[in-house]
Amino acid sequence: MNARPSSSRVDTAFQASLVLAGLGVATVLAGVAWEVLSLSGEALSKGGIGFLTGTTWDPVAEEFGALPALYGTLVTSAVALLIAVPLGIGSAVFLSEMATSRVATVVGVLVDLLAAIPSVIYGLWGLFVLAPLLREHVQPAVQAAFGSLPIFAGPPLGVGYGTAGLLLAIMVIPVITSVSREVLRAVPDTQREAAYALGATPFEVIKGTVFPFARSGLVGAVVLGLGRALGETMAVTMVIGNRYDISASLFAPGYTLAAVIANEFAEAFSPRYLSALAGLAVVLLGTTLILNAGARLLVRRVKGAA
Amino acid sequence: MSLASILVPLPDRSPPPARRVVTAPPAAQDEPRVAKMVVDSLSAYYGRNAVLRNVSLPFVERTVTAIIGPSGCGKSTLVRCMNRMHEIIPGTSVTGRVLLDGRDVYGGHLDPIELRRRVGMVFQKPNPFPTMTVRDNVLAGWRLTGTKPPDADAVVEDALRRAALWDEVKDRLKAPGASLSGGQAQRLCIARALAVQPDVLLMDEPCSALDPIATARIEELIHELAPSVTIVIVTHNMQQAARVSENTAFLYMGELVEFGATAGLFTRPADPRTEDYITGRFG
Repeated sequence: MNARPSSSRVDTAFQASLVLAGLGVATVLAGVAWEVLSLSGEALSKGGIGFLTGTTWDPVAEEFGALPALYGTLVTSAVALLIAVPLGIGSAVFLSEMATSRVATVVGVLVDLLAAIPSVIYGLWGLFVLAPLLREHVQPAVQAAFGSLPIFAGPPLGVGYGTAGLLLAIMVIPVITSVSREVLRAVPDTQREAAYALGATPFEVIKGTVFPFARSGLVGAVVLGLGRALGETMAVTMVIGNRYDISASLFAPGYTLAAVIANEFAEAFSPRYLSALAGLAVVLLGTTLILNAGARLLVRRVKGAA
Repeated sequence: MSLASILVPLPDRSPPPARRVVTAPPAAQDEPRVAKMVVDSLSAYYGRNAVLRNVSLPFVERTVTAIIGPSGCGKSTLVRCMNRMHEIIPGTSVTGRVLLDGRDVYGGHLDPIELRRRVGMVFQKPNPFPTMTVRDNVLAGWRLTGTKPPDADAVVEDALRRAALWDEVKDRLKAPGASLSGGQAQRLCIARALAVQPDVLLMDEPCSALDPIATARIEELIHELAPSVTIVIVTHNMQQAARVSENTAFLYMGELVEFGATAGLFTRPADPRTEDYITGRFG
């Protein structure tokens, strides 16, 4: 075994470089977190928990509360997932279980292209096409039908939580579709055959065996989509309405954490202001980590129960 | 036993005859024997490529029929045509007839869903559902189709006992299906197939992924099941065919070369190709 010492030296070097690469990733993450945390120290220590629960954002009076932006981030992401999860997983099921291989290839490439469109283009399209369309046709019709519900109250502006959520959904669908498609394709055919041989219909095969087998991977796809929705900055900034407020109506304009940071970074004239923006970044980072960990826990619990 | 003696007259598209019931003792050799399933002039295709050409075979009720032949001879395709699993692969087609109790399963009176509940299947590789418990695996045929057995506990115990697995798993019915060994997993798949009370059990090389001890257990199990279920077993292992089956069919290049009582086929093969195969000259 030791006849070729040179090969063991190569192995050692190879292993060392892998360890370095692994450490590098961890270092970058820790560095970013440390930098943002230390930058936000002033805002967080002065504001305390009030920074998280405050609803005022007044750079002149140096009063900073993150709640409206956090609320906007959560609401727009929730709307996005509500739309994108059924559509994204549905199209993945179509691509992996039903479509002929030629159709699956063509549509699959289109889906991947959709995922590759820069977000600023989505934003432009959202602002100039989607928002006017919603303002003139969809929102009045929805209000005529369900106007009494508080989530559809207020003037139809075209921009706001709902528009941002819808736009995010369109951006997230290709992510969920293409990951789910790979996950579903990884389900062995022997599983499908086992179910067919027991007299299951195609629907029962997918529901009873393919989905359970692919469950953790599908949750992974949704988490990936959620990550994109939470962090998406440019497109959301263009259609959210940029009003620092909390509103129950999906038609009302609002703000998200990422949008505030992007819009106000250039004008953060005082250290206190800059620190507050870094504080928003910490909240965004924390939200992402908590939701990610939550989803992982969910998968583990579902797995454990099975 | 000659081929003619076990063939029943085949009614064509007319109402089925009242099912003949074999009275006890079921294995008595001198009783009239009914062909539970009959494959009649069956050809099967992948695209334009014929993998099975004009095969006709009877499968006698409550006996074991083995299908042997070299790799790629169409033996798996043959059994997959018998429960219409062949057609779930895109681009496949079938001509000819497959009769179950005298009626063509491709004739439209029986949908494939119902057919597959009456003609169960066990695959080459054990494929229990890993996310389900052992118990739920046994009940999968019911659960997947949204139906409930009258007494689930009894169904589970009965199926596991018939599959000779009950004593090994009765204390861990809640364990995941993926936690069993290969041989146990295959017997779990047999229990799963038996739980919906099929008339026929198709076994597609059920031991090819198992070690010799697990294989012996499955073969023993096939013997125990034979009096109650019509079994068709595909195998590339001629010793196995000789051990478990009463009749054997030899397929070669998509065609039926020879069919007859197992003992006769192995000792006095009528066709030189059969002789070459069983003496190990090819395959």
